[in-house]
Amino acid sequence: MAEKNIQMREALRQALIEEMLRDERVFVMGQEVGEWQGTHKVTREFADRFGERRVRDTPISEMAIAGTAVGAAMAGLRPVAEIMTINFAFVAFDAIINHMAKVHYMFNGQFTVPMVMRVASGWGDQATATHSHTPEVIFAHFPGLYVAMPSNARDAYGMLKTSIRDDNPVLFSETIALYPSVSSIPDNNPDYLVPVGKGDIKRSGDHVTVVGYARGVAWALEAAKELEKEGISCEVIDLRWLRPLDLEIVYRSFMKTNRCVIVEEALPMFNVGAEISAKLQEDLFDYMDAPIKRVSAMDVPLPYAREIELMALPNAQKVMQAVREVLR
Amino acid sequence: MAKEIVMPNLGMDMDEALLITWTKNVGDTISQGDVIAEVETDKTTVEVESPVGGTIIAFQYEPGANLKVGAVIGYVGDAGEAAPAAGGGNGAAATSSAQSTPVQAPATPAPATVATDDGGRLKASPLARRIAEDMGVPLGQVSGSGPQGRITRRDVEGYTPPAAAPVVASSPVTGGFFGGASYGKLPEGSDIEVSEISKLRARIGERMVTSKQQVPHFYVTMEINMDDAVRLRKALNAVVPDNGVRISVNDMIVKALALTTRAFPNFNTHFYGDRFVLHRRINVGIAVALDNGGLINVVCKDADIKSLGSIAMENKGMIQRARDGKVKPEDVSGSTITISNLGMYDVDNFIAIVNPPEAAILAVGAARQIPVVTENGELAVGSRMKATISVDHRVGNGAEAGEFIKYLKDLLESPMRLL
Repeated sequence: MAEKNIQMREALRQALIEEMLRDERVFVMGQEVGEWQGTHKVTREFADRFGERRVRDTPISEMAIAGTAVGAAMAGLRPVAEIMTINFAFVAFDAIINHMAKVHYMFNGQFTVPMVMRVASGWGDQATATHSHTPEVIFAHFPGLYVAMPSNARDAYGMLKTSIRDDNPVLFSETIALYPSVSSIPDNNPDYLVPVGKGDIKRSGDHVTVVGYARGVAWALEAAKELEKEGISCEVIDLRWLRPLDLEIVYRSFMKTNRCVIVEEALPMFNVGAEISAKLQEDLFDYMDAPIKRVSAMDVPLPYAREIELMALPNAQKVMQAVREVLR
Repeated sequence: MAKEIVMPNLGMDMDEALLITWTKNVGDTISQGDVIAEVETDKTTVEVESPVGGTIIAFQYEPGANLKVGAVIGYVGDAGEAAPAAGGGNGAAATSSAQSTPVQAPATPAPATVATDDGGRLKASPLARRIAEDMGVPLGQVSGSGPQGRITRRDVEGYTPPAAAPVVASSPVTGGFFGGASYGKLPEGSDIEVSEISKLRARIGERMVTSKQQVPHFYVTMEINMDDAVRLRKALNAVVPDNGVRISVNDMIVKALALTTRAFPNFNTHFYGDRFVLHRRINVGIAVALDNGGLINVVCKDADIKSLGSIAMENKGMIQRARDGKVKPEDVSGSTITISNLGMYDVDNFIAIVNPPEAAILAVGAARQIPVVTENGELAVGSRMKATISVDHRVGNGAEAGEFIKYLKDLLESPMRLL
């Protein structure tokens, strides 16, 4: 099967086009998705290609975007709604959590909400405190909502397709810093899917399990490459989905290495690392050979000044330091 | 109504344990699961929990007594209750050291290492604890290399007891342990230093006594011309790359012993009282002396089918690990026949003790330049090495042993056959 290299934003675009061609119930809605060609250019040329009916520019009202998408999904359509960044999704929190995630349950299955809510996440480019969040864990806290967060173009491609085809509501988080990142995807396989709730081993190793998602995986892989020179072999796991969370892949690795570091762009308190640490010590206590460490952003609103913004964010050096500490 | 506290079985093949101390007092109120005693088993120190809550009414034994599994060791009930009439204080269930089936010496455990914090709690990772329990390593004797002296997996796996040997089913020694405490009163005074014998050292001693007392040893010595072997070794090592492992004379003897054993499978047969057990794999145990005066046997598995190069590489690794105190469990288990080499001390000849249940052990001296008589009856200088095989006469007889050692000699004198 032939492959081609592609940027993550282009891979997402291609996935969307293929799914819209495959199923006419799929449509796109959000701010600037049509005439403006998409804030992050993922829906470039969609308006021309699919027309006004299937490419809907919305008012600047996240509640309206989310609420309308829920209603449309309940009525039988398959919306791929977009909120410009996950920071603005807070405004639509009620619609996302109390409706999108709960309608299926509360109506006892009489309605499904097969919608995808795409959001752009993180930043690290001086977008400052209110525009730089990576708060997916808050959404993953609630049963009823799938949360997808790819780390590369290939996974993004397959995961968006899976999310659109799945009848469950999915919060699909795209990391802004990763939009331009390049990896290969199958060249002519519009049915390339990534299974829901399954992580992926991005690098095999024996000494320590390094778990990450989205940008965390990039930092972990960079650290692993450097640490190899010191004779340290890291197994890097990409969770891909925050809900359902693939604990099995983490457990299998931990049973082999007995040490774990969790890396994420998110803030430290109550994050994915906290959940995984809790589960590991709960279920695999006798496999622990060292405390479990987490690498995350610092517990501060993200600063504007470039130097301290970088200090507040994780990086490969911090991951390397954490790995060395659990190996002591 | 007072409930009995019965001595639980705390580990595999445990039938009794030494009471070190009670951790609660008579009259204390306790809950179910509270630790009430610390005992020492064959392998490690263990805590005994009370199966019931209440007030401790009585303890049946004093520290230092041996508690048999299943014996009543105390009573828990309501405050003020009287203890039921028990069969006399340190009675029926305790064993005295004069009995004929001892397995432990009444020795106190070795002092704990730096891994305890102020509260006396041993710092060890959950994984290290589990492995220590599985391997029978006394956690209190392991020193921790983790942060704050925490014991981690590598510490437990690298642990070697003071004087270790491969663990073997111990057989009862009649007449008491170490021949009985029959050397009289312990001497005292300032020129005397009395030390306790650790459980593991005691176990080794016991095995050696068993071997000497019960294995009918006989010995056959052979002088071997090592000229060709030494020459071949030189030639082989000349083409070893700089970062490669050089073949030692011992490596060659290990291979020769293994090949000889293959030709004489009776020497790979172990004696189990009423049965012979033939081992199909030939794993040669190699005695390694450690710096602290200890001795450990590393095992070269399948030595008969491995190349000299592989044997050299593996042996070097294992021996280094043994000397560094980082031996792995698989390094020291599974030997079917053993070799002990004192050649490095220029020893002429010595006689080794068979490692039960093995049937034989080969003792090798130094290859020395000595005057020899050549084929045409002339005096010359040649390299000769003495090797003595000690054999369990229940498994092999003199003629076989003679053939065995002759075969070994022939192999070493035509060393190309070792390749």
